[in-house]
Amino acid sequence: MTTTTISMPPPIGKPVVKPQNVQKEDAMWLQKELINRNYRELAQARALGRKVSATFVPGNLNELLMCFDFARSLPETNALQNGLRKKSGKMIMDAERDGQSEDVCTYVKADLGMMLGGEIGPTGDPLPRPDVLLLSYTGCFTFMKWFELIRHKYGCESVMLHVPYQGEGRIAPNMREYVVRQLRETVIPALERISGVKFDIDRLRQYLRESARAEEDLIAVLHSAKNRPSPIDGYFGAVYYIGPIFTAFRGTPEATEYYRVLRAEIEQRVRDGKGPITPEGEMGEERYRLVVEGPPNWTSFRDFWKMFYDEGAVVVASTYAKVGGVYDFGFRHDPEHPLESLADYCLGCYTNLNLPSRIDMICRYIDQYQADGLLINSIKSCNSFSAGQLLILREVERRTGKPAAFIETDLVDPRYFSAANVKNRLESYFQMVKQKRGAAAAGGTPGFIPIATAH
Amino acid sequence: MAAVPPVASLVQRCEALFEDLHFNAVREWKAQQPGRKAIGYMPVYVPREIIHAAGMLPVGILGGGDQLEVIQGDAYYQSYICRIPRSTIELGLTGRLDCLDGMLFPSICDVIRNLSGMWQILFPDKYVRYLDVPQNYVDDIGGRFYVQELEVLREDLGRLAGREITDEALNASIAVYNDNRAAIRELYRYRAAKPWQAPTSEVYLVLRAGMVLPPEEHTRLVREYIAAADAAPRPKRDNARVVINGAFCEQPPLALVKSIEMSGCYVVDDDFMLVHRWLLDDVPTDGKPLEELARAFLHRSATTAAKYDERREQKGQYLLRQVRTNGAEGVIFAAPSFCDPALLERPMLQDVLGRHGVPHTAFKYAENTGQMAPIREQAGTFADSIKLWSAA
Repeated sequence: MTTTTISMPPPIGKPVVKPQNVQKEDAMWLQKELINRNYRELAQARALGRKVSATFVPGNLNELLMCFDFARSLPETNALQNGLRKKSGKMIMDAERDGQSEDVCTYVKADLGMMLGGEIGPTGDPLPRPDVLLLSYTGCFTFMKWFELIRHKYGCESVMLHVPYQGEGRIAPNMREYVVRQLRETVIPALERISGVKFDIDRLRQYLRESARAEEDLIAVLHSAKNRPSPIDGYFGAVYYIGPIFTAFRGTPEATEYYRVLRAEIEQRVRDGKGPITPEGEMGEERYRLVVEGPPNWTSFRDFWKMFYDEGAVVVASTYAKVGGVYDFGFRHDPEHPLESLADYCLGCYTNLNLPSRIDMICRYIDQYQADGLLINSIKSCNSFSAGQLLILREVERRTGKPAAFIETDLVDPRYFSAANVKNRLESYFQMVKQKRGAAAAGGTPGFIPIATAH
Repeated sequence: MAAVPPVASLVQRCEALFEDLHFNAVREWKAQQPGRKAIGYMPVYVPREIIHAAGMLPVGILGGGDQLEVIQGDAYYQSYICRIPRSTIELGLTGRLDCLDGMLFPSICDVIRNLSGMWQILFPDKYVRYLDVPQNYVDDIGGRFYVQELEVLREDLGRLAGREITDEALNASIAVYNDNRAAIRELYRYRAAKPWQAPTSEVYLVLRAGMVLPPEEHTRLVREYIAAADAAPRPKRDNARVVINGAFCEQPPLALVKSIEMSGCYVVDDDFMLVHRWLLDDVPTDGKPLEELARAFLHRSATTAAKYDERREQKGQYLLRQVRTNGAEGVIFAAPSFCDPALLERPMLQDVLGRHGVPHTAFKYAENTGQMAPIREQAGTFADSIKLWSAA
């Protein structure tokens, strides 16, 4: 086997400036720097003669795209970054004025709105039009329409990687074989043609080796929430932790280093008996341990998080932190079986699991992380997550005996975040958890009532 | 009492089947012979030939329409999710689907996909399968995967039926469905040629009958309807000829179809119940049946928003062909509320139509939409504008 060295472009531009009013772990700042650096790389891609790819977080084949030297854009991340920066509302309305329905996914509309607005990315840097849309649409049909829409409007070439759904709750051999054949016979040749770079499987193996190392450290970080107090928030905090590995950095030495540093930081927090760090500093007493299902709201991310930490609620595990890859149950990218490993990765992403598997996973989390209950943040935009969540709620309550609650927000549409409603429901839920604990301590049999269901 | 004209009598029968949310036709079919089984399927397409070859009755489940009060089903879905899954759950939880021994959920969208898992939990004694169809159209890649998926279905249904599903049985069933598809193509051609003789409110009911009747019986019914409709004296109106697009999953209420017609439109093509017309021509009956079904799917099948267009240039071409071959003057985009595939597809199709000078209008509906006046006004204005433009 030949030895392949990975060369990454040197850091471009200025490092992230740390605002004084926000507290983050060092790894969180590093993460932010990585993400911003990717935007700068994208901005300079054309000048440097680099081709640009776009692809999605679930089923992100970052290692493969790096084999062809693509600068890598992730439209979901662009949309959420615009949401965090309060820019998405106007973009969504612009897309609606351009003919998109008010009913459909706001990630799509934020992305289309951003392109309509001059193709300026969240950081203010130009975001070049992709040369290839790698349509690896794991677990979400909307992805397919999303890239068809971009292709239709801007003429970018799309390359499909159809990832079959785990309808039976497992990866059948023919599913893996199908994905591998697509990679080998359609995706890789298309990427070679578009990039002008010949595929080198040893280069891929090297990236996958890095991925596996980073995955090992990431999962140690996420599992640290089994401690009491949990040293991390497995939802709001995890958003930072998953950033590099779910986006343009999985497989890079920078990501490996990031996760090494992060793991060391978190392990130190465990030794120090510390809870998570929040934007307002160290979290106080851990009063509630929750599992959360569903993506967060981005437009009011800080306010949303505050509703939890103000009450001493920490999220010990979340399904969203698995949307770009499920590593809890042993899967790691495997350089010895590179294409099969990419296939298993895509097939195993959270939203590609059927409902019974998702329920099993949540019940396991509640048990393993000693959680007090389940909170579902149901997202208007995301049928892939949301359709069936009310059954998930019932089943998890029935199987675990733990109370569950249901709130509704959206990803990046500020019109669908009602802070007062969400806060009200959360406070009632925390009360219910407390009462249930009291009843359990008194030996009673509490009733399990969902706090709120759909309108 | 005056004798009911044959066409009215046929349509009445179809309407009775359509309105029967207890699926008595399926129950009666099963009762005729002990041990018979029925398998439900959802839109857009499943290879019904395999169910038929197992000696079972394929039953199309298209939600509860506007006559079903959804009580339990609403407790499973948020307000922003379309109506078909909640009314389908209502049908299941109220025992109306007890006559089904299994359900197939083809890949169409995230909601129907997730419904397959819900069905596994809610009805653990039934056979449930999510049917993935390929979005890669290369025979040796997507085709091979699809054949393997069909093999699994064949084995599963064979086990359920207690008998092996042979290639001979499959080829015989393909022939039955070839005939059914041919009859439906005749019906569509007839309607496009004489829409005043075969109004879509009737054609729709004739198609719906195919959701619950055995295919052989449905094929006869379709041909009887064409003959009866042709024999009925009906006035020809100066209506606008339109194609309806976007109604391939959750169905519009019948009153909506009637409203479009009453507003001055002849519907000359549509995408209702595409399962009848998914495969565009005859599937060979002398080859390896699953491979032939796969080839037909990959290379000779209809197009919807749920299917990937490999190239940008393909977008909207199927709809443009529907417009051109049927002499349509415009397109009505009628999509269910919250239908991601149809609503995300629509701006692309509108753009293609715009570039080809095909007028179009758009609205949303739910299967239980009750207020038809706005739709009638919109469709009427659209028809009027077409007539004005064409006069100019």
